[in-house]
Amino acid sequence: MKDSFGTVTVKATMLVIAALLLFAPFLFQDIRALEVAARICIFIVLVASFDLLIGYTGIVSFAHTMFFGFGAYGSAIALKQMGPGWDAVAAGTIAGIAVSLVVATAIGLVSLRVKAIFFAMITLAAASVVLVLASQLSQVTGGEDGITYRTPELFKTATKLAVDEDGKVLRWFGVKLNGKLAAYYFVFATSLLLFLLMLRITVSPFGTVLKAIRENEARAEAIGYRVVAYRTFVFCLSAVVASLAGSVYAIWLKYTGPDTALSFAIMIDILLMVVIGGMGTMWGAVIGAVLMVMAQYYLRDLMGAASEAVASVGVPFLPELLAPDRWLLWLGVIFILLVYFFPRGIAGTLMAKGIRK
Amino acid sequence: MDTISDTLGRFGGVYLLPLALGAVAFILMGAPSSWVTLTIAGLAMGMMVFLMASGLSLVFGLMDVLNFGHSAFISFGAFVAASILAGLSGWLEGGWFLASAALALALLGSIAFGLAAGLFFETVIIRPVYRDHLRQILITMGALIVSEQLILAIWGGTPFTVARPTFLEGAWIIGDVSIEIYRVFAFVLGLSVFVGLMLLLNRTRIGLLIRAGVENREMVESLGFKINRLFIGVFMLGSALAALGGAMWAGYETLITPALGGEMMIVVFIVVIIGGLGSIEGTLLGAIIVGLTANYVGFLAPKLALASNMILMMAILMWRPSGLKPAVK
Repeated sequence: MKDSFGTVTVKATMLVIAALLLFAPFLFQDIRALEVAARICIFIVLVASFDLLIGYTGIVSFAHTMFFGFGAYGSAIALKQMGPGWDAVAAGTIAGIAVSLVVATAIGLVSLRVKAIFFAMITLAAASVVLVLASQLSQVTGGEDGITYRTPELFKTATKLAVDEDGKVLRWFGVKLNGKLAAYYFVFATSLLLFLLMLRITVSPFGTVLKAIRENEARAEAIGYRVVAYRTFVFCLSAVVASLAGSVYAIWLKYTGPDTALSFAIMIDILLMVVIGGMGTMWGAVIGAVLMVMAQYYLRDLMGAASEAVASVGVPFLPELLAPDRWLLWLGVIFILLVYFFPRGIAGTLMAKGIRK
Repeated sequence: MDTISDTLGRFGGVYLLPLALGAVAFILMGAPSSWVTLTIAGLAMGMMVFLMASGLSLVFGLMDVLNFGHSAFISFGAFVAASILAGLSGWLEGGWFLASAALALALLGSIAFGLAAGLFFETVIIRPVYRDHLRQILITMGALIVSEQLILAIWGGTPFTVARPTFLEGAWIIGDVSIEIYRVFAFVLGLSVFVGLMLLLNRTRIGLLIRAGVENREMVESLGFKINRLFIGVFMLGSALAALGGAMWAGYETLITPALGGEMMIVVFIVVIIGGLGSIEGTLLGAIIVGLTANYVGFLAPKLALASNMILMMAILMWRPSGLKPAVK
């Protein structure tokens, strides 16, 4: 099948985004931009794994941040207790995955038989219990304050990857080859690997079965696929990927707390990203994650300026609505409009464009 | 085995659960006075949660619509009532007649707001996505985000102190048992709403249609009744009850934050799941069980209190996958 015009556009955008992320440390030489780039990488993986559930299989789960949090807290606690070493990273990541797998299997087997709506409610309840537990068990998790820790030697900003004749850290195109750069490329490479893995899964026979379940559950069952088994498996799979993303994010941030790894706000972010980008296509996850993370970092500045401008003109109440903290309000409105008018999201709508012609 | 469950069924079946719970707690506690206090607290909490949850359950039963934005009505109800009480603070100090007038106005204000918001919500947000669960969940979630942000924009993020009439403050002390007056008030109000709902559902023509609609929507439609109009009414009623529940909860907590709705939503969901979607009796049962469990466990094993609701839900779902008293098959 020849790719339609829209599909070509989307794929070209993907290449541009991939290139920008690959060369991000060299293109945008300030710390904030690097933070944004790393966050985009992580969230692409997180959103794509959520899309496996909501877009490909039609399962609505509100527990995705819970698995992200398991991974993040696994690494964080291991690095804190065992000291900064690769053994701690490995132990923490594996522990996070193990917990995610057990919880996902339990939730899946108990509740994936019931209606979609029950499942959504049960996952929501489970996630909120874990969030409360994390803030209560403060001896282990650090409570509301979270945990700060040191990461392996290689990722320290002071580490020199290469030195010039004077013994100073070597610069390439003005960028210091230090541990920060290594950490960024660690994040980038892991994310790329996980994303490609998921992309491969969606085009495999397994991915086709998932789509069949989404489209017509009874028929998939009748053809002979064990729907509950497939659903539970994909739920576990996405939980493991989310947990891995959490571990990587914990290593990058050197801090893990409820706000960065577990809070319900992250769940809402993921949901917004999936819907804005487009459900049921991996490309949508990329577009959604890029747009939302950029909005999180840069839209607030813009709204702050707008708010001040309106306030200086003297319009009542409007400055309050345009205040930088209210950005979620506008995203919510956009979200509702998108679900109404473009349920396929940006990527889905674009890719459908060329086909009709 | 059959005979035991038959005998139990004759004495009330699942309705015996709260009694059994109370009895077990009584034995474990061994202190009658604190048991009475906790039981009343649990019943009062259960009744308030029942107010919040009943609408959600009915709406789902009648139209297969699950409103994740339901908690917005709870928060708005709480804040509207608190604002009215704050505005009428002069009345609260002017004798019991003026004070109860202020209280009634606050509760009626939140009910009126719930009715209006319900109408808006149903026609604008939910109408276009009937029979599409995925988009329903997403849209109502979006509406929830917007409502929470609106509350933040209007009332700000700082905790809001709720003034309440002096005649509801304090406690009656009988022997060594102390009973908070507000709890009794909440219990009585919740019980009267429950009785009213039962009368409405079982003794009126509209109630008959609603029950028939829960049972089989298509059949009611094909007999020529406009079920959509009925549904708007039920949705508005449910929203108003949620707002009333929020208002009562605000008076109970006395210090409210915009996060109130989100916190209550989890409890409301657990209650609705335990009770079985679509049934008022089930919702009451679930609410009472959750309220009692929360208070008993909070006393007996404070560390477990947070997870107790979740464990309760899991246990009941294992035993009865569609809730204790489901009306929807």
